[in-house]
Amino acid sequence: MTPEGVSSDPAPVLSIRGGALVFGERVLWSGLDLDVRPGEFIAVLGGNGTGKTSLLRAMLGEQRLDAGEVLVGGHAAHRGHRRIGYIPQQKIAAPGTPLRGRDLVMLGVNGQRYGPPITTRADRARVDALLASVGATDFADRPLGSLSGGEQQRLRVAQSLADDPTLLLCDEPLMSLDLQHQRAVSELIDARRREHGTSVIFVTHDINPVLAMVDRVLYLAQGRFTVGTPDEVLRDDVLSRLYGTPVEVFRSHGRVIVVGAPEAEHHHEVIA
Amino acid sequence: MIGVDWATYVQLLALVQNSIIAAAVLGIVGGLIGVFVMQRDMAFAVHGISELSFAGAAAALLLGINVVAGSIVGSLIAAAIIGILGAKARDRNSIIGVLMPFGLGLGILFLALYPGRSGNKFGLLTGQIISVDLPQLGLLITISIVVLVALLIVWRPLTFDSLDPEVASARGVPGRALSIVFMTLLGLTVAVSVQIIGALLVLALLVTPAAAALRVSASPVLVPVLSMVFGFVSAVGGILLALGGSLPISPYITTISFVIYVVCRIIGSRRARPVAQGLSIRRVA
Repeated sequence: MTPEGVSSDPAPVLSIRGGALVFGERVLWSGLDLDVRPGEFIAVLGGNGTGKTSLLRAMLGEQRLDAGEVLVGGHAAHRGHRRIGYIPQQKIAAPGTPLRGRDLVMLGVNGQRYGPPITTRADRARVDALLASVGATDFADRPLGSLSGGEQQRLRVAQSLADDPTLLLCDEPLMSLDLQHQRAVSELIDARRREHGTSVIFVTHDINPVLAMVDRVLYLAQGRFTVGTPDEVLRDDVLSRLYGTPVEVFRSHGRVIVVGAPEAEHHHEVIA
Repeated sequence: MIGVDWATYVQLLALVQNSIIAAAVLGIVGGLIGVFVMQRDMAFAVHGISELSFAGAAAALLLGINVVAGSIVGSLIAAAIIGILGAKARDRNSIIGVLMPFGLGLGILFLALYPGRSGNKFGLLTGQIISVDLPQLGLLITISIVVLVALLIVWRPLTFDSLDPEVASARGVPGRALSIVFMTLLGLTVAVSVQIIGALLVLALLVTPAAAALRVSASPVLVPVLSMVFGFVSAVGGILLALGGSLPISPYITTISFVIYVVCRIIGSRRARPVAQGLSIRRVA
């Protein structure tokens, strides 16, 4: 375990202090300390059932950790935080869903508002700007169910940016996208971070599409975790210690492949 | 209207004008709430609620108390049971499947024990708007307007929760509370519908108009507007047509709403829009 060192510079956007998650008898991780700095891109890696999504839900205030605390902007995480954007796991909308592309984004802008459902001019302008920022203007008026996975995920990015977030939480946003769309969607997220200093927490089972963008990796496995830059974490010795079994990390053509990790049996042949 | 002269028809119209107002308001409210019924995949729940609403109304008839009140009590009990026990779609369908025959059987028992006129008996199952007295009509209209206003207030969060529940929840939309509010509004609407078109035919005003609208549009503005128009045309058109003849009102309402649906389906398939099935973006696993 290599707990994150104390960061002295600007106030962290998100802090986890002594975080622990227990599933039945099994401790998924404990003693997790993490400070996320403004504009930082953190990839959360790990196999199935390592509590990646639960960690994200704790940041969203939708789930309590079994120990420790999650602070967003210095206050305890709570549901509906205005400055948190959320991109859920890629799920294709069913054909016939009564929403057009722009309506999904509109839900991000005013979906939580009560009162007569009258769309203001300001809301419409905001949606147009968001659509343009992710290059979705051309297909914004088509029914959601008729759009490709990549197009829908672009709209998800636009939706998540509705309230100008300082923290973007992404739960496997590239799942089931082809390589070209993986690149397009991850570049949109990275552009947001670079241009607006939005911090990104990116839960994924495959780091390769975002490897060049990642500042630090939080790697969860075997009831333990490790935090560091990709070069510090994605190494034979570090991951072997984490998994408690010999693991090899290969790098080729800018891609990382982890071989021998126990999750591989019921997951992929490669994890990272 | 063959065989009915115009003067008689106008006189009849004056007699039933309150019924027409009640039907018009219900057509509009039913069309609106139907949009959410479709979005939340609850057509079967509507049917389940209406059978218990029927049982409540029949019990009230037997006990000699307000039939609308009995109908509302039955509706709300059913809505609460379905809402609390049936959060997951599969659980929900089995609970409704269990509740429905029980409610219907209970209602039939109460009617069998009821010594009064038999016209009232079938009315609860197949519609009886013309025989509803004035104070009760006022109650039906009031309830419909309350539902309408409440729906407009929760419209956006309810839409968010219905179509995109995960992000809605992350954004702080209270899904559970909204679900309770929605089931209550649905229960009230069903109770009103039972009085107007009967427990067996409630779906014609609470599901068919919205289903038809969804065939021709994916716009969150156009769908409710069309659904409202379809509900209104079915309900009011049904009464206007029925006045000219000796047949009951309900078959006119159900036929108009069915024809609208068929026409919308044809228009929709000509535009080659993909077929609608499950509507929300729920997690598959």
